[in-house]
Amino acid sequence: MDRQEILTQITRVFIDTLDEDNVVLTESTKADDVEGWDSLTHVQLVVAVEKKFNIRFAAKEIQSWKNVGELIDSISSKL
Amino acid sequence: MATFAELKKNLKKDYTGLTPVKVALLGDTATQLLSQALRGAARSEGLDLQIWEADFNQVERQVFDEGSELYEYQPEIVIIFQSSHKLLAAYNKLKPEAYASLAANRLELISSIYCQLGAKLKTKVIYFNYAEINDAVFGNYASKIESSFLFQLRKLNYELMQFGFPHPDFFICDIASIQNQFGKNTFFQSSIYVNTEMVLSMDIIPEVAIKTVDLLKAMYGRFNKCLVLDLDNTLWGGIIGDDGIENIQIGSLGIGKAFTEFQYWIKKLRNRGIILAVCSKNTESVAKEPFEKHPDMVLKLEDIAVFVANWENKADNIRYIQSILNIGFDSMVFLDDNPFERNIVRENIAGITVPELPEDPAEYLEYLYRQNLFETISFSSEDAERTRQYQVEAQRTALHKSFTNEDDFLKTLQMVSLVEPFNKFNTPRVAQLSQRSNQFNLRTVRYIETDIEAIAADENYVPFTFALEDKFGDHGLICIIILKKENTDTLFIDTWLMSCRVLKRGMENFTLNTIVNYANQHGFKYLKGEYLPTAKNEMVKDHYKNIGFEATADHWILDAAAYSQKKCFINTKS
Repeated sequence: MDRQEILTQITRVFIDTLDEDNVVLTESTKADDVEGWDSLTHVQLVVAVEKKFNIRFAAKEIQSWKNVGELIDSISSKL
Repeated sequence: MATFAELKKNLKKDYTGLTPVKVALLGDTATQLLSQALRGAARSEGLDLQIWEADFNQVERQVFDEGSELYEYQPEIVIIFQSSHKLLAAYNKLKPEAYASLAANRLELISSIYCQLGAKLKTKVIYFNYAEINDAVFGNYASKIESSFLFQLRKLNYELMQFGFPHPDFFICDIASIQNQFGKNTFFQSSIYVNTEMVLSMDIIPEVAIKTVDLLKAMYGRFNKCLVLDLDNTLWGGIIGDDGIENIQIGSLGIGKAFTEFQYWIKKLRNRGIILAVCSKNTESVAKEPFEKHPDMVLKLEDIAVFVANWENKADNIRYIQSILNIGFDSMVFLDDNPFERNIVRENIAGITVPELPEDPAEYLEYLYRQNLFETISFSSEDAERTRQYQVEAQRTALHKSFTNEDDFLKTLQMVSLVEPFNKFNTPRVAQLSQRSNQFNLRTVRYIETDIEAIAADENYVPFTFALEDKFGDHGLICIIILKKENTDTLFIDTWLMSCRVLKRGMENFTLNTIVNYANQHGFKYLKGEYLPTAKNEMVKDHYKNIGFEATADHWILDAAAYSQKKCFINTKS
């Protein structure tokens, strides 16, 4: 799965989880850029992404991502 | 399984008209998402949970500081979630010689929390028990070592149940059983715990929320009272009309074991006070044959309060059952293996619970265990009597039909009523009736056992309980009236509620005669009544008008001196 495809899929996960239709993600998007992405919803997003790709993140990964690009790095390393 | 996202979506829905409930949530781990899930799960059940959430790890501070936000908030319910992980952390820091006192010390803390809350608030406490962590320090041998963590944790869970006996406002939410059901890998996610201090996984938060809301529902009078059962392929394997009594599967034949165990479960529900009814498409005599003759049938005809077997549609038959039992459709559960019948009933009867039974009867029991359909917050010896009472009711109905004159019928019943104040023997039943009565209930003020004890001890209140028996049997305690001395002239009717199974017997007149007599004997001039409408008590909207009270701006007044005793055929039992 290429990075663009992963980005498309996690965008869908974000839209569903945050219940916000207007979420647009790019590799450089940070949490502050997205309405509703806070420390609480982060947990939901992490678990929803894990489910979507059928992967598990390590504890140290979960708080390590500076932007969506780094999240995609983590995902693609497990696929 | 409900998902967290589904529950969270409920938060955006309209909450107008729902019952507001003030809840405090105190935890020693992160509970924000649990709080959202609780509010979302309660929305589906018609409750508007207004949750005040304590800051992280503030259980003791909030409870023991008399000026805390907790007491300012005045919650009706306090939910306390002290986690196994924090219990383990506390254990880890102990000196080895203190390991074996972990459970006792924690229980002492819980006990003092409960007492403190009870002293400061009128509240019920929901306490989450401890999901097991086996630290494997001793392996299997932990069970033989009192100082092992597993030993202490299990002891604590057991002691918590013991603690619940004498403390009527203490309720355990059994999250340990949720972990047993789903397994620890689903219950707990280490990576999330390490990052967030959340000890429940995203998948299990909804389960814990729903289980907690099950308790809240029961506390607010919403629980199931009646189980309506199909027969063929539900209570036994096969079709009695086609296969015949020797070939239906029950007991040792075929997959009969599944049905036998299922029937034992239903029998236990009956023994607990759940009313059983049968609703089957069958010829009645054929449908009854297994109950009468099959040696392996666990359920007998005397277990069934209302037995309906015919070829009419099941929605109509359930309406008929409901009319005899006189309970709400929203307190009935219908079990049928046939999806078509389930849909007919579901679509035509609002409020009834119709579980999607699995196709394989072997799965029935595990599936129904998970549904937790019969939550309750009380149990009294009268519960077990209920089926017989409804059967007797059917006999009365038959007698009633043979009379054209209502008075003649009532006379032949030879009714007597025992009138008593509140006492320690009737307190559980009084509290239970206060929780259960929805229809004939003028103000729907819910009292728990400690309230009842307080009212009994308060000389400003005059409580009455009424029991009724007739020649067919004993209805038990079926009516409560609580008068409050408003001033030297006036008695305010704080509570007037009655079980619907004694409607149209003249109890309204008998109880009114009783309280007016009290007023006259004690120098009160007026009885003052009030009707507070709910979704369910329209039946008594005109109650005060019908029995001769005069309307004032917002109340109903009866002049006691001018009252003449109303006719009734009930004598006071001495």
